[in-house]
Amino acid sequence: MSLLTVSDLTTSFQTGGGEVTAVENVSFSLEKGEILGIVGESGSGKSVTALAIMGLLPRPPARIRGGSIQFEGQDLLKLSDRSMQRLRGPGIAMVFQEPMTSLNPVFTVGEQIMETIRAHENLSQKDSFGRAVEMLEKVGIPSASSRMTDYPHQLSGGQRQRVMLAMALVCRPRLLIADEPTTALDVTIQAQILELLMDLRDEFGMAIMMITHNMGVIAETADRVLVMYAGRVVEQAPISRLFDHPLHPYTRGLLSCVPTLDQDQERLIAIPGSLPEPSRRPPGCRFSSRCLSAVPACSEAIPALETFEPGHAAACIRIRDIA
Amino acid sequence: MGAILVRRLAGAVPILLIVSLITFGMIHLIPGDPAVAIAGMSATAEQVANIRRDLGLDQPLLSQLFDWYANLLRGDLGRSLLLGQPVVQATMLRLPVTLALSAYALVLTLLIGLVSGVIAALRQNTWIDQVAMVLAMLGISLPSFYIGLLMIILFAVDLRWLPTGGYVAFTADPIGWLATSTMPAVSLALLLAGLLARITRSTMLEVLRQDYIRTARAKGLPNRTVVVKHALANALIPIVTVVGIIVSLLISGSVVVETLFSIPGIGQLLTQAVLNRDYPMVQGGLLITTALLVLVNIGVDVCYAMLDPRVRYDRT
Repeated sequence: MSLLTVSDLTTSFQTGGGEVTAVENVSFSLEKGEILGIVGESGSGKSVTALAIMGLLPRPPARIRGGSIQFEGQDLLKLSDRSMQRLRGPGIAMVFQEPMTSLNPVFTVGEQIMETIRAHENLSQKDSFGRAVEMLEKVGIPSASSRMTDYPHQLSGGQRQRVMLAMALVCRPRLLIADEPTTALDVTIQAQILELLMDLRDEFGMAIMMITHNMGVIAETADRVLVMYAGRVVEQAPISRLFDHPLHPYTRGLLSCVPTLDQDQERLIAIPGSLPEPSRRPPGCRFSSRCLSAVPACSEAIPALETFEPGHAAACIRIRDIA
Repeated sequence: MGAILVRRLAGAVPILLIVSLITFGMIHLIPGDPAVAIAGMSATAEQVANIRRDLGLDQPLLSQLFDWYANLLRGDLGRSLLLGQPVVQATMLRLPVTLALSAYALVLTLLIGLVSGVIAALRQNTWIDQVAMVLAMLGISLPSFYIGLLMIILFAVDLRWLPTGGYVAFTADPIGWLATSTMPAVSLALLLAGLLARITRSTMLEVLRQDYIRTARAKGLPNRTVVVKHALANALIPIVTVVGIIVSLLISGSVVVETLFSIPGIGQLLTQAVLNRDYPMVQGGLLITTALLVLVNIGVDVCYAMLDPRVRYDRT
């Protein structure tokens, strides 16, 4: 049994202009200890998928229209609020994109880590203090015990993200959702945090859902990749397959946007156009309006995810013609 | 924390200097001869001369200013023309009444305003939210003397539950104090509670949208902890500033309410002093109330620092 199985997840948001679908028929699974990368542009539905798994979508305006999210055999969409709350932390934990605003400014770092422990375990004040310090050391905060009384504003962005990680990991979750964990950090700190995540995965044996728009981050960390576009999964592949043989025109476009050292490029190639707003998506394949290989048939129906190799699937009717 | 208190107290000195200078100058702002104005239309020349001498108005301006500050430092604000009592003594007799009434009204304001504001925010766009906000708007729109009058008609005249006015000191008879103070306190509090409720609601809504609230939920904290600890602790920071303003409004609002309910507080004292051209009383009363408000605002600043570590560590 997979650790996490998302099937046909569909969510929508109530907006001023009516109900729009944010995520449509998304299915994937995640094994114990595996790192699954989810890539896509802003607005492709990555974060909405993550928040749906966490049970943290603001409802209303968000609504889960269908599908199921199985975590260790339980359907999270059917759990009570109370059971869901108990699962967040020890079961599934999450780190967010914005380390500068994700910590509460009026409480000390130590308090924010220790309250997580207190919410889930019966530990004495002394023991939870000890556990928090230990966790801060693990995530690479120097002189951790004296940092416990610091407030978030006294820490740098990189340190805050380490504190966020310590907070997420302090209850030893089986699944960590990392939503753009390094986007707000500068490049050297990015590499450190990614390395730290990989080390902690090895140490705790947890699975990681790595959400990013950065192909470099995916290449460095993920075992398997899910490519999302306009709320749907367009391609799914093991990491080496994706970089060597991308199938979907969108994935190819994304990969050709990454500059390489061995090619002498005057300009970077960009995918023409921009991600359509949810209310203005084209009929049929959502990428058809920007796709260089599109034919009239692309606008007729939404292509299904089709498996081309074991573990490698893509949703495009033109793959056999353009390969 | 101590450093902040010292800094704020030091900052209050120039404010008090300016206020004392303005109150000193007040008597000279009266058009024409202040002594004539104070004595009234029917006064004889001798009475006017007496008043002029009593108030030192026959002295050169600089010497008047010097005397004003010299007396101020000795705690002497002159003698009330109307009561014949020293101004400080008259004020200090009335001050506890206004303070007790304001404290009562403040407690009501905080209870009604904070609770309904938080609940409205948590139940945003439901009927509970709408009812709370309509009531808040009503509280803000109705003047306190009108609410006071309506309450007198209902609770004192028709139902005879409470006296129409008067005052009993809390130390003398707590029940009697409650009976005489409840209507004035409620009529003062409704306006401010409405204000506070609306501000609390919008602040809470703003705070509940913050990333750290999402983080708190992602950690698996119970909803109560998320709202009461994580959200309210942050929402209180701007709310405390408003509470500082509310205290000033309570004290100035007591002028009307004390007159309406015949409560012998500072408000009534000052109203009478103004109506009877009792200038030393007006000057002294204003100075003491202003000093009090400056103190309240220092208290607010200290609360601010206690609530927000970013302020606490600033420049220390």
